[in-house]
Amino acid sequence: MKTLRTSLAIGLIVASAAPVRAASAPPPGAASCSGCHAATSQAIPNIYGRDADATRSTLLAFRNGSMPATVMTRIAKGFSEDEIGSIAAWLATQK
Amino acid sequence: MTHKNHTSRREFLRTAAAATASLALASPSLAQSPARVVVIGGGFGGASCARALRQLDPSLDVTLVTADRQYVACPFSNEVIAGDRAIEAQQFTYEKTAAAGIKVVVQMAQTIDPQARTIGLADGSTLRYDRLVLSPGIDLRFDALAGYDEAAASRMPHAWKAGEQTLLLRRQLEAMDDGGVVAIVVPANPFRCPPGPYERASLIAHYLKTRKPRAKLIILDSKDAFSKQRLFQAAWQELYPGLIEWVALSQGGKVTSVDPATNTLVTDFATHHVQVANVIPPQRAGRIAEIAGVTDKSGWCPINPVSLESTQVPNIHVIGDACIAGAMPKSAFSANAQAKTCAGAIVALLAGATPTSPKLINTCYSLVAPDYGISIAGVYQPRNGLFADIEGAGGTSPLDAPRDVRAREAIYARSWFETIGAEVFG
Repeated sequence: MKTLRTSLAIGLIVASAAPVRAASAPPPGAASCSGCHAATSQAIPNIYGRDADATRSTLLAFRNGSMPATVMTRIAKGFSEDEIGSIAAWLATQK
Repeated sequence: MTHKNHTSRREFLRTAAAATASLALASPSLAQSPARVVVIGGGFGGASCARALRQLDPSLDVTLVTADRQYVACPFSNEVIAGDRAIEAQQFTYEKTAAAGIKVVVQMAQTIDPQARTIGLADGSTLRYDRLVLSPGIDLRFDALAGYDEAAASRMPHAWKAGEQTLLLRRQLEAMDDGGVVAIVVPANPFRCPPGPYERASLIAHYLKTRKPRAKLIILDSKDAFSKQRLFQAAWQELYPGLIEWVALSQGGKVTSVDPATNTLVTDFATHHVQVANVIPPQRAGRIAEIAGVTDKSGWCPINPVSLESTQVPNIHVIGDACIAGAMPKSAFSANAQAKTCAGAIVALLAGATPTSPKLINTCYSLVAPDYGISIAGVYQPRNGLFADIEGAGGTSPLDAPRDVRAREAIYARSWFETIGAEVFG
């Protein structure tokens, strides 16, 4: 247990020293998002640091087709509800 | 819920383990050097991977070996060929890569010793690695099509690696008389950028229609089907009626030999004398992959899709166009997604952990006209040693979409290029 606590402490130190995106490993699929989405992009929305619930419900709406989109409707169908939840939570912690 | 908790705890422990290991490696009191990762290839795959490695673990010793000081990107180079874009918009350099703490070595890698884990560079120096990432892109096969060797490419440009070849094809189109015939010769699968030849045909047709309206374009194809085919063909009918002729394999489209002296393309059924011949030859993984021993008989590199590690040589990972990625196409987007997955796997492996099974996304936009975009997307996960399509996800833009959707996809295409360029090189 002591080893585990030490590891966790070190993990936190490293996380705080590293760039924000290094704080935690992205869940499956989330690393791909930055190919299109960035804080600076105009036409394609920034998805980083947003409220997790908002991102989650948007992705779920793309997935079930209730929100129209050009490409995200096709991409969101590749993820389960749990995976979408993890991705949304992780994106919320990113800048 | 139980499963989710389990995953996140494991994930957290893995991250903690990775952090511990990297700290231990970085600590001078332990008299150990940081883990060394060398990335060979400065394109969308390699430059992405080097950046992602340093982001995930800033203590890593990361070296990027690239043959040139400047990278000329292929996506959007078809607009340069069509005269709608300056080549400068395709050019990237590595200053920001170096500023991110990556050692950038501008050299050709010539030898790889997987036992000693060393790389020999053209200047005679040697690099050592704990993990090596190869992102060498493609080599054009100048032994695969009779008459088409390296010298022939200066008469019949392939323009399938961006740069001087792109400009050569542009100049030939500009010099061509109205009423001339442009031919695009397309190889069989697999090759870099599956929709690329058809985007190129579209944008050249756009140029011809506006500037040389009596000219024609013929596509001589070694395949009977191609990426986004129905979307391309519907758009050609709408935008360029009668201008583009696609000759499929079964209609005699396969070019069996070329004569650069007379600009002649020979199929089993016909001999085509054309004014501009864009010959895209068959391809294979970049040469260093073969030197490393990671290519198979096909000339491409089999990998474990969880870690992107070669199935043939341990401690060497292959990403991007060079790897055999199953359903994932050879695209810049795929290379970037694979690079980030590979970086995560390497950080885990260096910490003695097992990489988690990833999911990857690809989105490829094509322009049929400057304001008319179409796309294909996919979501992939490892299955049977390859990246497999997740059923029910992905696919192309709808066939019946209105023009404002096409216009939006063209805007998104441009936005994608700016974003990925900034992520990888900016």
